[in-house]
Amino acid sequence: MITLSDLTKTFDRTIHAVRDVNLQVDEGEVVVIVGPSGSGKSTILRCINLLEIPTAGTVLVDGFELTDTSTDIDHVRAEVGMVFQQFNLFPHLTVTENITLAQRKVRGRSRTEAQEMAERQLTRVGIPEKADSYPRQLSGGQQQRVAIARSLAMEPRVMLFDEPTSALDPEMVKEVLDVMLELAAEGMTMVVVSHEMGFARAAADRLVFIDEGEIVESGPPEEIFSNPTHERTRAFFDKILY
Amino acid sequence: MEDSSIQSQGVEADPQPDLRRNSARVTDERPWWDTFPWWGVIIGSILLWMAFQIATNDDYELAWDRIAPGLRLTVTATLQAFAIALVVGLIAGMGQLSRNVVARNVSRTYVEFIRGIPILPLIFTVALIVVPETTDLLNSRLDAWFGWEFTLSFQMRATVTLALIYGAYMAEIFRGGIQSIPPGQTEAGRSLGLTKRQTMNSVVLPQAMRAIIPPLGNDFIAILKDTSLLSVLGVLEITQRGRQFSASTFKFREGYFVVSFIYLILTLSLSLLLGVLERRMTRDRKGER
Repeated sequence: MITLSDLTKTFDRTIHAVRDVNLQVDEGEVVVIVGPSGSGKSTILRCINLLEIPTAGTVLVDGFELTDTSTDIDHVRAEVGMVFQQFNLFPHLTVTENITLAQRKVRGRSRTEAQEMAERQLTRVGIPEKADSYPRQLSGGQQQRVAIARSLAMEPRVMLFDEPTSALDPEMVKEVLDVMLELAAEGMTMVVVSHEMGFARAAADRLVFIDEGEIVESGPPEEIFSNPTHERTRAFFDKILY
Repeated sequence: MEDSSIQSQGVEADPQPDLRRNSARVTDERPWWDTFPWWGVIIGSILLWMAFQIATNDDYELAWDRIAPGLRLTVTATLQAFAIALVVGLIAGMGQLSRNVVARNVSRTYVEFIRGIPILPLIFTVALIVVPETTDLLNSRLDAWFGWEFTLSFQMRATVTLALIYGAYMAEIFRGGIQSIPPGQTEAGRSLGLTKRQTMNSVVLPQAMRAIIPPLGNDFIAILKDTSLLSVLGVLEITQRGRQFSASTFKFREGYFVVSFIYLILTLSLSLLLGVLERRMTRDRKGER
């Protein structure tokens, strides 16, 4: 579904955020990327839908080579949902308008079709009653669930999550993770950058540990938690797992 | 409280010095005369006095009769210059944010060039050199191809100059407004598959308008005032008529009082309108970020 080959991203020509990363994500797979801050995990994720343009290497999504300039990037992005740390809901639009905007402009759905879809997705994330609210009126957890619903309404084939719970108050983390767990159980292909080890344990098929822009090791979460082969991985988990 | 209880027991008050200068308590309430808009009363009375003079004093009335017809020109020039400047400003503002090298550099050059020169010399330069030479250039082609040519009146030249000047100022307003929207908004739009243009039109610009409209309103008022500079080209707007009246009658006081009166009425009513518009915009924002 997603293939990254020799992906390299350099900022200002000198700072190597990501170097020679090779990663393959199969359909229906849930991959959780962990690593110290500044290790390049978000950069990798953002390269998957070309929000960040790679310095070198190729990105293949659903058979399309995104790094080829002849690829219609907008078309591919519609198939790849993305959830941000800061939610990034459109503050001037209601919840329903947030969810219907891209459906109508990109998918060409009618207003009623798009609204029905919005209703379904809002029910799925558990807040159908917030349809007419503005983002400002919602809690962080509710905003993030709307953001997820907005992406899901496009019926994407892949979902990317960039630290979806890092900006949330502690009591709202679970409501968002629950939605993500459910999504994983339904077989969605997901790439998640997160420090939620509980989620990784429960939902991830594979855990990828990244440090200094490189994949240090990857494998089933239990294996990496209990038996990391690299010193760097061990040092990292020693710091974050109680 | 302590004091009164002690006194009620018939014991003499403690001779300790009273550090309180007066007995008032700290309060966040402000008296009406502190918050009352006295400035409005002052300007209102001045305007009333001027209106009274114009209505009753023959010299003022004469000045009014000679100057007021320029109002039409002032208003027309303002509206035309503002409309053109709006289009130019939007193009140059977006141009500066464009990924196209040429568009970016042309816009930047235009804005920096205009902003670095005072309005008065620019008016002379554009109206007396740039516009005639451009029209000459165009006319030589138009004449050859269609046997037709066009000229721009001094009024139009002046208006175009004003529009070009304010276009550069507005470009900065548009650019700033667009840049004030967090990049996450564009990223969210693009990640949903919206094109660059769709993201700009449906996500960024509607939010940027909130930051753009108030300074645009200020520029509208500024253009209105700067139409007075058209007088140096002999355009018969209010200021020019005031100059002519004063010079021919030696009634400088009457002439310039009336000119100031007209500008004040126009600008004050415009800023009142703008205030209402801004209040309405903030009210509509209820529930939004």
